[in-house]
Amino acid sequence: MADPYASWGLYPKLPQRAVALSWRDQAFPAVAGEVLPRGNGRSYGDSCLTDNGTLIDACGLDRLIAFDPASGRLTCEAGVLLRDILAFAVPRGWFVPVAPGTQLVTVGGAIANDVHGKNHHRRGAFGHHLLSFELLRSDGRRIRCTPDGETELFQATIGGLGLTGLIVSAELQLMPVKGAFFDVETIRFDDLGSFFALSADSDGTHEYTVAWIDCLARGGALGRGIFTRANHASSGGCRAPGAPRRIPLTPPISPINGLTLRAFNELYYRLPRPRRSLQHFQSFLYPLDSLLDWNRLYGPRGFLQHQCVVPPASAPHAMRAILGAIAEAGTGSMLAVLKVFGSAPGRGLVSFARPGTTLALDFPFGGASTLALLDRLDRIVMEAGGAVYPAKDARMSSEAFRRGFPDWQKLEAMRDPKVMSAFWRRVTADTRKDS
Amino acid sequence: MRKVLIVGATSAIAQATARLLAAKGDHLFLAGRAAERLEMVRQDLAVRGAASVGVFTIDANDRARHEALLNAAEQAMGGLDTVLIAHGSLPDQRSCETSVEQTLAAIETNALSVITLATLIANRFEACRAGTIAVISSVAGDRGRKSNYVYGASKGMVSLFLQGLRNRLAAVGVQVLTIKPGFVDTPMTAAIPKGGPLWAKPDTIAADILAAIEKKRDVVYLPWFWWGIMLIIRLIPERIFKRLSL
Repeated sequence: MADPYASWGLYPKLPQRAVALSWRDQAFPAVAGEVLPRGNGRSYGDSCLTDNGTLIDACGLDRLIAFDPASGRLTCEAGVLLRDILAFAVPRGWFVPVAPGTQLVTVGGAIANDVHGKNHHRRGAFGHHLLSFELLRSDGRRIRCTPDGETELFQATIGGLGLTGLIVSAELQLMPVKGAFFDVETIRFDDLGSFFALSADSDGTHEYTVAWIDCLARGGALGRGIFTRANHASSGGCRAPGAPRRIPLTPPISPINGLTLRAFNELYYRLPRPRRSLQHFQSFLYPLDSLLDWNRLYGPRGFLQHQCVVPPASAPHAMRAILGAIAEAGTGSMLAVLKVFGSAPGRGLVSFARPGTTLALDFPFGGASTLALLDRLDRIVMEAGGAVYPAKDARMSSEAFRRGFPDWQKLEAMRDPKVMSAFWRRVTADTRKDS
Repeated sequence: MRKVLIVGATSAIAQATARLLAAKGDHLFLAGRAAERLEMVRQDLAVRGAASVGVFTIDANDRARHEALLNAAEQAMGGLDTVLIAHGSLPDQRSCETSVEQTLAAIETNALSVITLATLIANRFEACRAGTIAVISSVAGDRGRKSNYVYGASKGMVSLFLQGLRNRLAAVGVQVLTIKPGFVDTPMTAAIPKGGPLWAKPDTIAADILAAIEKKRDVVYLPWFWWGIMLIIRLIPERIFKRLSL
C-alpha cells in the first residue's frame, strides 16, 4: 500500500511513523526519537519526511478561530488548507495575499516554507502577511511569536522548514478582492530576452505574472514560451468551477517520457489561445489542483523538482545556461515555470524567495542521469550566487544549500532539539557532532 | 434556517457536519464533555457563518440532565427542529471480554444514552408534528462479529430502536434517520491501521449526512457502497459466518 505520508515527489521513500493531532490544546507528542511537524505533504522531496522518526500530522488542526470582516485579519489553526481559507474568504470579499501553485497546502506549511506566488513582485512571500503565530516546542512551551515579540523565533520559523517546533495557529492579513475571477492575458514569446522585457513591462501593471517555458527548444528559440499576466477582475462574481478529477492509480511505467514531452511542449507552445480571458481563480491559480494526485503520472519511481532563484544581475546569463543544459540533456520538463521576483527580501532566516529570477522544473526520476543533470544545474546556480528551493529538493549537496542560505546556522541554533527532517539531516550532517 | 442540536459535537463527523450547517447559516447548539474543546468548535462554527452557536457541557451518560439539555437548546435557538446524535465510544473488544464493567459502559454510552435522548426528542417532535432526528449508528450494528461485538451490539440496539421509532413517527411526519458509516478516519479509530478504498474522510460522510437529512432518508450507509457490503455480510448463513474472521 502507498505510504500516506510520502512526499509529493514520491522520492525518496523512507521508513517513518506518524501521530495525528486533532486539538490545539494537545501536548507535544511524547514519542521516542526524532519528530517532524507535517502539514499536507506537498513538499516535493525530503523536507517533509523523517528518516525513521515520527511525523506529527497537524492536518486535524483545521479550525478557524477568528475573522474580522472589516480588516481582513484571519486567525486559524495551522492545519487549515489555503483551499479552505479561499472557500471561506472569497465570498466575503477577501483573498489569500500570496497564493502558491497549489491551494492544497496548510497554513503551517505555507509559513514553514515561506511560500511565494505569481504576485511576489507585488506582495512578497507568505511570511510578509503573517501577523503572529503560536509555536509549541517539545519542552512544552507555547510561544506567541510576532514581528516585535520573540523576533528571533519569528524569523527562524518563517521558512524554517518546521524545525523550530510545531506551529499551532497563526494570524494572517488577507487581501481585499471584488470576486473570484481574474482578468488574464497570455502572450507567446520567442526567446528569453522577450521574457525579461515582458516581465519588466508587466510588473508595474499586473498583480500576477508568470511564464511557461518550452525547455526543449534550442538555439534561437531557447527560452521561448507563454507569458501570463493577470489582475483580479472587478466582475464575474464567485461561481465555482466543477469538482476536481483524480488520477486513480500509479501507472506501472510513467507516460511522461522524451517523446510525449517533446509533443506536449510543441503543442502547448503552438496552441491557439485567446489573448484575454476571464478566469476563475481555481483555473488560473491552481490548474493542477483540478487533477488530484497528478504526481502519480510520473509512475512509481516518482519525480524530482528543481527550483532555483538567481540574483537579477546574473539572471539572464544563468537562465540561458540552465535552459541550454536541459535542452542538451534532452530530458525535458513539462512544467517549466519562470518568474521574476520582486525586490522584497525574505522575512525568514532561510526564506527562498528573494530578488531575482526563479525557474521551476520537474523531471521524471531517471536515476543517475537525472541526478547528474540536476547537479549541473546546481553548479550554474551557485556560480550565479543563487539558491535552490528546499521545499522542492530531494538531492542537493550540503554545499549548494549552505551557499544559497548563508544564515542556515542561525536556524540550526533555533531548531527544536526533538525536531529533525531527512532534508535537514542531509544538508547539515557533516557539521553536527551527533551524526 | 434550521435550529440544530448536535450531541457529541467534538466528534470528527459531527464537526464536519456542523461546518456544512454553519456555512448555510443555521443556528447550532453544541453538546459535549470537554468545555475547552467545545469552545474551539464554537469559535470555528461562528466564524464560518452559523447564525448562532451555543454550547452545553454534558456527559451524555448523565441521563438525568438530558431534559435540561433540550430545554437549553430550545431556549438558545428559539426552538429546535433538527437533532444530530453523534457521540459514541469505540471500546476495546478484548478488554470487554474480560470486563463486564467495560462492556456495560460501552452499551451505556453508545446505546442507553442515545435511546434516552431519542425518546425525549421524539416526544417533543411528535407533539409539534415536525422535526428530524438523525443518529449516527454503525455498520457494525448489522451483524455481530467477534472482532467488535460489544460495540456492534450497542449500535445494533440503536438501529433497531430507531427503526421502531421511525415507524411510530412516520404518521406525524417526523424524520428518523439512521446513519451507518463504515470505516471513517477519525480520532476514534486512531488505533486502527488505515488506508485503502474502504476508509472515508469525515468531510465525505458529513456531506452525505446533510444530503440524507435534506432528502428525508430513513437509513443510509455511508459511503453508499457499505449497503452492498453489509447486504452480503447479512446474507451469509450463520453456520458459515460463525467460523469466519471478519
